[in-house]
Order: sequence, then structure tokens, then C-alpha cells
Amino acid sequence: MAHLTPTPTLEPGQDKTMILNMGPQHPSTHGVLRLILEIDGETVVRMMPDIGFLHTGIEKTCEAKFYQQVVPLTDRIDYLCPMTNNLCYVLAVEKLLGLELPPKAQWLRVMMNELTRINSHLVWLGTHALDMGAMTVFLYCFREREDILRLFEAVSGQRMMTSYFRVGGVSLEPPLGFFDRVRKFANRFPSKVDEYEGLLTGNPIWMMRTKGVAKLSAEDAIAIGASGPTLRGSGVDFDLRRDMPYSGYDNFKFKVPVGKDGDVFARYMCRVAELRESISIVSQALDGMPSGPIKANAPKVVLPDREKMKTEMEALIYHFKIITEGFAVPEGEVYQAVESPRGEMGYYIVSDGSAKPYRVHMRSACLANMQALPKMCEGYLLADVVAAIGSIDIVLGEIDR
Amino acid sequence: MELAPAVTDLEQLKGHPAIARLLSWNPQSVEGVKFDRDEMTIYVERSAIREACALLRVDANCPFNYLSDVTCVDWYPAEPRFEVIYHLLSMPNKERVRLKVRLSGESPTLESITSVWPGANYFEREVFDLFGVRFSGHPYLRRILMPEDWKGHPLRKDYPVEGYR
Repeated sequence: MAHLTPTPTLEPGQDKTMILNMGPQHPSTHGVLRLILEIDGETVVRMMPDIGFLHTGIEKTCEAKFYQQVVPLTDRIDYLCPMTNNLCYVLAVEKLLGLELPPKAQWLRVMMNELTRINSHLVWLGTHALDMGAMTVFLYCFREREDILRLFEAVSGQRMMTSYFRVGGVSLEPPLGFFDRVRKFANRFPSKVDEYEGLLTGNPIWMMRTKGVAKLSAEDAIAIGASGPTLRGSGVDFDLRRDMPYSGYDNFKFKVPVGKDGDVFARYMCRVAELRESISIVSQALDGMPSGPIKANAPKVVLPDREKMKTEMEALIYHFKIITEGFAVPEGEVYQAVESPRGEMGYYIVSDGSAKPYRVHMRSACLANMQALPKMCEGYLLADVVAAIGSIDIVLGEIDR
Repeated sequence: MELAPAVTDLEQLKGHPAIARLLSWNPQSVEGVKFDRDEMTIYVERSAIREACALLRVDANCPFNYLSDVTCVDWYPAEPRFEVIYHLLSMPNKERVRLKVRLSGESPTLESITSVWPGANYFEREVFDLFGVRFSGHPYLRRILMPEDWKGHPLRKDYPVEGYR
């Protein structure tokens, strides 16, 4: 952050080029991102992202909390996909503990995780189109997003910072009628995607703004550590949900959309196709939702039900101990990665055997994707920078942590 | 809730493609191994890390072509104090491996791997910023998250959670 004057490494060239500061308060930077651009006329010659404006030291904070107290912090890293972060963290802790989850908890997690992906992609689609002047799509997308947020509220009590997944399961049984509401949404949603596509996909202005713009080759994408739709848009067929399944994703059938041109349009098409795949996963989860408990049978780790806590002595003791002392996690380390809407979200957790994590590190997909931004933009017009930023779908909260 | 004990015997694990490749290149480069919770960790000698990464990246049997993450752990006050951790992923073989380099607390320095994966750039800057580990050969080793004039490295264990006041 710090250097608010243009950095010394990006000096203007011999009176041909100039330095332009984009951000940190630019509306199209989706957060607080500053880009230092060297431009020759309207062509970007060099670009340097400047990040860290939203750094809150979450990784340091985690080291002072009990394992279960870290869950609400993970929501706040990437505020557009809280459940994906919850999922990644709880999976990592469960792996450290060696916990087995009941099938219903896994299926619920997959279903909520895919709704979160749709939620995140809708915000991306709306703002990406808004950046390029297509106002209507934004309103349409937020209409459907509202439905999803209501579902989140019904299931967890919160619209955005859900903290619904807990170590060893999920926090609450979904309320009565919840699955019917999800079903209604899942039936309605594909026609809505057609609506968005009708506004954008064949639109000549949209195509001119996105086709052949901000290209990224497959080799560059891998070398730079890009992941998610940014990687798949460049033609690399890799999705952690399919290739290294977690949380029971191997029970679901879905396609992994892959582009080939590596431009903004290819990334757009990947994400729109993912919207359709995600809603199909939600439907599959609803169809095959197993019955049974939503929490693992591990009284020393998982909080007892309220009912039991008030009637059984043992449950009361466990409840008291977990709340006041946390639960000890055996020594070791794990790296757990999940496919977040933006790419490979990874949690690396080191335990020293106590009730607080020794180290929690979040591998941010956006941080790696952001390194592709200079490669995408150099040689293109200034107006294409806005398209490129939108196309990698950055969330600055996740980058800066 | 039964966890299998960690395997640390090199003889048992040398069939793993990454370990076999490193051993056939330079047996001294592998300081130790650990297989725990289905995850393989290789302790790599400090001076060998860049070449080890370059070799594993293009290995014929199991190319670890993707760098997932670079991070660090501070074991203050123990020595060697720092562990720099690399998470590699093999996209064709769908396998992960973790490389670790141990560094002493006094002027921790190691070679940058940005020449192998340009994507290591931001990750190494972050480790430098938050832990004060230096990477030689890095193209632009400056603070990335904290302000340029910040004193200290916040993720070190001797740095208070609430900061210096």
C-alpha cells in the first residue's frame, strides 16, 4: 500500500508515455485496488497493481482464537462466498481431527456451497456488465441474488456472514419448508440465466467489448498460478470439485465448462455456464438429500443440541467445556483446497496440539489471479482494463485478508 | 476419530515420484520426509529449493506443474526458527506435495523461485512482508500488504497481536 505517489519503478518514459493512477477509489476496481498504469496515448504499456488497502491481519487474529471461533472470521475474507470459506476451513480442521461426517451434512454443504457460487457469480455478472455500461443486467442479477440471500437467512439467520458450517457438521437443521423454497428457486433459475444471456451473449456491443480482449494463454495462466474460471477460460480443463473431490462432490454429475480463447468473453461464458451447472448440482442435492443427523458423532468437538443440553448432565458439561476451553486438535498440519467461485481457495492450518491454531494461512485465489492482470492488460486500451478487472472477478477482501 | 501415525521413514516413502526424482538428482537435497493425513511433506535443503522446484515442475512421470501456495511458519523461540512452505500441485496426476525449507532466525534468506513460476512473486513478497524472510533473486522484493514504512513483521510470533503501541 503505502506509496501513494507513483512508485519509483514506474517512471514515465521519454516524454511519450505518462503515468496514470487508477483507484484506489475507482468504482470499477470492486473494492479498494490501486493500479498504476503507464500509458502511451490510450494504450497501456505497463501496469502495476498496488494492494493491501483492506489488510486486516485475519491470519494473525486466527492464532488468538479457538478453532470454532475462527469460522466467523472466514466469512469476512471473501464476503461474496462466505460458505465456501466456511467449508474450506471446516474441512481442514476436520481433516486435522480425522472426523467423519454424516452424509446429510455433506449434501447440505454441497447444496449451500453451490447456492453461494451462484450468489457470487450473480454479483460478478451484474457488476461486470455495469462496468461496461450494461445497467439492466445488474438489476436482474440482484433480483435473483435477493432470493438466495433470503434462503441464506432462512437457514442460518444471516444474509451475508452466514457462519453456517461448523466443525463437525452444520449449525442448524434447515427450517420446515426450506427445501421446497430451494426447489422453487432451482426450477425458476435456468430461465433467468437465459434472460441474462439474452441481454449479453449475442449483443454486438458486448461482444466488441469482450471478444479478443485481455487474452491470457494457457501456459501463462498455469505459470502464474491462476485458477478457477480465469484458468479454464484459457482452455485448461481443471476443476478441484471434479478432479480432487471433497465433501462428497464425487456423488454429483456436472460438466466443467472450458473456454479456449482466454479472452474476457471466454471467461464470461465459463461463468455463465457454471451458473447452469451449479443449479443442476443444487437440484441433484435436493433429489438425493439423505436423512439422518447433521452433525458428526463427536461430543468433545461438536456442540450438543439445545434440547439435550438442557436435559442431560453430560451434554451440559461438554457444552460448557467446548465454549470455555475449545477443543484440542492433534498436532499436525493440513492443506485443504476447494474450488471457490474465483478459483483455488486453500487453507493451510498448523496445529501444535492445543485448542488454538498455531498458524492459519489462506491461499487466496484472487491474489494469484491478480498477477495475471498486467499480462492481460499490457498492449490493450485503457478502457479494456475495466473489462479485464471484471473478468477475473476480484474480491479485494480476499486478496488483502 | 482414529488417526494413523505419521510416517517419517525415508526408506518407506522413497517410491513417491517427487521424492524419487529428488533422490536420484541429489540425495543430499532431501533432509527428511513426512507422510501424515494423506499429505506428503519433503524437507528440502535450503540451497537446493529453486533447482528442486525446477526439476519437479517438468518431471516426466509426475510433473508438479502448478504452484498453489507459498507461505511460512514461525516456530519462535525454537531453532531453526522459520519454515517456508511450498504447496505444489500436479494437474495431470492430481496429486499434491509440500516442500519445506527450514531457516534460522538470524537473517533468514533463501533463493526465490520466481524464475521457475512467475506466480511465486506475490506469495514471496507476502512472506517477506509478514515474516521478514528474504528471497534472493526476487525481481521486486518490497512490502505488499503492510505500508511501506511499517516497522516489524506482523506474523512473527514475537509480534504482539494488538501491535506495538
